[in-house]
Amino acid sequence: MIELRDVTVRLGGRPVVDRVTATVGRGEWVALIGPNGAGKTTLLRAVARLVPFTGSIALEGRSTGTLRRTELARLLAVVPQEPSTPPWMTVGEYVLLGRTPHLGALAKESGRDREAAARALDRLDLLDYRERRLGTLSGGEKQRVVVARALAQEARIVLLDEPTASLDIGHQQQALELLDVLRAESELTLVAAMHDLTLAAQYAGRMLLLERGRIAADGSPREVVTEDALSRYYEAAVDVIPVDGRIAVVPRRAASSNT
Amino acid sequence: MQAAEVRARGLGPLGACAAAAFLLVAVVTGVLVGPIGLGIGPVLESAAAKLQLPGVASPLSATEEAILWEIRVPRVALAALVGGMLALAGATYQGVFRNPLADPYLLGVAAGAGLGATVAIAYLPEGLRGQRLLPVAAFVGGAVAVVLTYAVGRSARRERDAATLVLAGVTVAAFFTALQTFVQQQNSETLQQVYTWILGNIPSTGWSDVWLVLPYVVVATVVILALRRVVDVLHLGEDEAASLGVNVRRVRLALVVAATLGTAAAVSVAGLIGFVGIIVPHAIRLLTGVGYRALLPLSLVCGAGFLVLADVIARTALSPAEIPLGVVTAFFGAPFFALVLRSTRVGP
Repeated sequence: MIELRDVTVRLGGRPVVDRVTATVGRGEWVALIGPNGAGKTTLLRAVARLVPFTGSIALEGRSTGTLRRTELARLLAVVPQEPSTPPWMTVGEYVLLGRTPHLGALAKESGRDREAAARALDRLDLLDYRERRLGTLSGGEKQRVVVARALAQEARIVLLDEPTASLDIGHQQQALELLDVLRAESELTLVAAMHDLTLAAQYAGRMLLLERGRIAADGSPREVVTEDALSRYYEAAVDVIPVDGRIAVVPRRAASSNT
Repeated sequence: MQAAEVRARGLGPLGACAAAAFLLVAVVTGVLVGPIGLGIGPVLESAAAKLQLPGVASPLSATEEAILWEIRVPRVALAALVGGMLALAGATYQGVFRNPLADPYLLGVAAGAGLGATVAIAYLPEGLRGQRLLPVAAFVGGAVAVVLTYAVGRSARRERDAATLVLAGVTVAAFFTALQTFVQQQNSETLQQVYTWILGNIPSTGWSDVWLVLPYVVVATVVILALRRVVDVLHLGEDEAASLGVNVRRVRLALVVAATLGTAAAVSVAGLIGFVGIIVPHAIRLLTGVGYRALLPLSLVCGAGFLVLADVIARTALSPAEIPLGVVTAFFGAPFFALVLRSTRVGP
């Protein structure tokens, strides 16, 4: 469970996240949407305590400010938008780095850590890749390896920043499908910043729309993704079309809109 | 579950043996080669006699004994300590600053030590200058420069990341180099002596310099090797390391302080030997493709062997004259590295 109360992040004097109050329940999948510069990434970074903020953020009832880094990393894993994947590192080595919060600074991985890494690799069908170097993987494979590292961390909450930004539509679907399966199996709480509203609406149970650092809408995808909201907050001309119980966001060209 | 098979490539037996064999060959060469030939048999017997093995007497004369135990062995030991420290510190800096070109002199330690040494050579009376105070002055200069670098980096009113620290290091190094050049110009009669120091050499001063450097190298090595797994995490960048539970600022400080202290000690006795800190870690990386947890110990051992061999060349190639060690490391290191670069595909 994540509880944010009056969270404000100032970067260069300007509030990038402005008095955000929200609660995310255990096992929820929340998509964080909003135009560029709305503060999605910064809000995720505040939850992970990677930027200073005012207000309070609590995970499982414990304020993040009082947690040590290792404790925080055992509660919460982050999948960054552009993760660093050193080309010489093997997949196994990379996923083992996810065990860092379970190890002392001076300790080596134990059998339990290697098992956890193997489980994470297995879940993502990557066990056969464990000796491969990251430099030899495709974008989609790398994305799965990064998710495997987050799983090996065995944190209940996973924050994802644009998890599908670099993937084609097929791999986007596979990645989100997989996250949803993992969420159900491991009772993960997922908070993902996403740009693709059609995809986000299919997978997320709930959406938070950020606009200039504030929550402009909070609710089910149908409630949040409306033509009105997209025109107001994204300045986008779109049709939101229901398709078999889902919704599709279809851009509308200004020139052709009158015909 | 195939649990045990997910592993991080540590220091495998093959790599460890190869590195140890390289160091052994270097040390044996260093002890045996010199103006006065000492056979390997007599040297071993002398060593056995030193260890007071029963029934062994040294076949060497008193002079040969003195050459072996008061000149050759300490010089080899010192070269090994300095080379190992510089390569280990270079690899550490490369990991911590995520910069393949980082060398142990990155944060101003070279410029500071250079100023300290130049001041000692220029202003201290002849008698004091010699072997005793020059290393102390160089060490103090190096330490002051790095502390200043940290102070400048901390005062920056922007995000205090690794890049800020590197910029502060460049600033401090430029300032200290200017001071050093000024002192040197004011005392131009010291030019040759300063220059000799800057190009680096391993002094034949017996065991005193070894005991001077040893504690720093031991402490630095223990700290860095204990944290070697974390260096791989740091290499992912500050945010990712932090979200994996690493206290980035504290770990980075510990690593940088250890590497810098060891470097300052090495520089204070041996001068500014270039190239070792960059070339040794990169050659290992290119040849093996390993991460920092194996790279760091391998750099220590191979750096030691590399500098022992370089020192053999420095003192024998134009004997009885000595070639500055920094010239030898670059003269042989650069073509070797070009070869490695040409023939490998894996690596950073």
